[in-house]
Amino acid sequence: MTALQRDENPAGIHLPLDPLPGHTSRGRLERVLRRGEFAVTTELNPPDSADPEDVYNRAKIFDGWVDAINAVDASGANCHMSSVGICALLTRMGYAPIMQIACRDKNRIAIQGDVLGGAAMGVANMLCLTGDGVQAGDQPGAKPVFDLDSMSLLETIRIMRDNGKFLSGRKLTTPPQVFLGCAVNPFAPPYDFRPIHLGKKIAAGAQFAQTQYCFDVPMFKAFMQKARDLGHTEKLFLLCGVGPLASAKTAKWIRSNVPGIHIPDAVIKRLEGAQDQKKEGKQLCIDIINEVKEIPGVAGIHVMAYRQEEYVAEIVDESGVLKGRQPWKREIRRDDQIVAQRLDHILHDEITETQVDMVKTAH
Amino acid sequence: MSEKQPAVTQATLVKKAAPKSDYKPADVSPQRRVQRTFAVRLWSIRHSRLLEWFYSRFADAFLLLHPLWKGIGYGRVEAPVKFVEKRVKGFMFDCRMCGQCVLSSTGMSCPMNCPKQLRNGPCGGVRANGNCEVEPDMPCVWVKAWEGSRNMVHGDKILTVQKPVDQSLRETSAWLRVTAQAAAARETAQTPGASA
Repeated sequence: MTALQRDENPAGIHLPLDPLPGHTSRGRLERVLRRGEFAVTTELNPPDSADPEDVYNRAKIFDGWVDAINAVDASGANCHMSSVGICALLTRMGYAPIMQIACRDKNRIAIQGDVLGGAAMGVANMLCLTGDGVQAGDQPGAKPVFDLDSMSLLETIRIMRDNGKFLSGRKLTTPPQVFLGCAVNPFAPPYDFRPIHLGKKIAAGAQFAQTQYCFDVPMFKAFMQKARDLGHTEKLFLLCGVGPLASAKTAKWIRSNVPGIHIPDAVIKRLEGAQDQKKEGKQLCIDIINEVKEIPGVAGIHVMAYRQEEYVAEIVDESGVLKGRQPWKREIRRDDQIVAQRLDHILHDEITETQVDMVKTAH
Repeated sequence: MSEKQPAVTQATLVKKAAPKSDYKPADVSPQRRVQRTFAVRLWSIRHSRLLEWFYSRFADAFLLLHPLWKGIGYGRVEAPVKFVEKRVKGFMFDCRMCGQCVLSSTGMSCPMNCPKQLRNGPCGGVRANGNCEVEPDMPCVWVKAWEGSRNMVHGDKILTVQKPVDQSLRETSAWLRVTAQAAAARETAQTPGASA
């Protein structure tokens, strides 16, 4: 028998939460952040299949360890199940997905439609991204759309939410209630423009931000110092992106092949010197978390463990960022349990009831 | 947010699987193929302050000529003005004729030259040497824009959030549009002033 969890709608786990004053969404992530708790988010590796079980299984390993799950939108310009589809499945199961929207594949007509569709399915968080170029993915011959950019996308959704209007000015009957996020990469040039650029994103409507992988803590500290000086951390919840590196070889490959990820030499040296590189990669991630969680203005972490999703729970546990708090966990509800107790036998027992028997037992 | 990828990317596999041919086009994006070099564009960014000064004089001159444009008819002067504008701005900035010029807000670096046509700042993929993610040999348009804007008097205009591009204005003259708008703004400012 389970009690009602903290951020859960008593009428059903898939339903939006009660609106709270000062909140723009009816989701769990905004509540956690606004309560001042250290938030943990992660990324779901999107399946290349049409089987909903694949999504459920991949979400299940994060159960009880994360506050929200990013549903990526064809990351790296590779084809996968769409973020709208993943969100539809996750919201059904009560998870709090962060719907990523990349500007690469859809124009403003499709994006605004998806925002309404997502919000109607109960998506409370949306992350506005520019998206990788098509040359990086499995279909380099595709037409890059880039009709909006991440900034105008933020503004578009903010206008839809706050003014109840499409970009064209046409009215919405029910505006989407969403918590708006953006990505920020403090580790790519122009370094001195990046904190100012974040301010621009706040002006466009960003309420939370997730950063690119952080492997260079001093660089991140310098960025945070400048962001604090500009007053950004009071207006936006910043989640630092972290993740385990599988080996020194992968780290080197990422450094030279994936634009925007900065890995210092010291990190590679540390991995090379280790006996078990995979374990060392995980330990490195935990060490980085322990350093960044102390930086003022960091509201949480975003754990990206691509193809190492099973480590997310361990990383979160061993770094102790949750401080004993347990994020919402999918559990069997009380009414489901009662039904299961009373009727479970019909799944196993071979009973053939005749109608005469049924009449007798009914009396 | 980008992620780690397996050692051999899908893009490599797709490229390898393509049918072999003797004709090997340069390995750049189609957008780069229409332009030859960006030396002049980089010169313009280095001299953004001079160009800013020049443009403000130029815009004033165009506004002075507003009665002339109106007399001939904006619709009629559009073709010749666009002809000149396309060539001048094409030479100086690799202009793409989006029809809604924001050069003075982007450090004289045309944002339409960005392979993602970002008008509000760099993406997260800028290489450590300041080059573009999509075009490894091209300096990032926004790294240059930030440099250019630091030289300009009104360089902080780079902080304003730009609206998405109105694609229906492509291949029209931004000079005439700005002039007509400035003239209209001047008239509305004068009318209540005169009656008061």
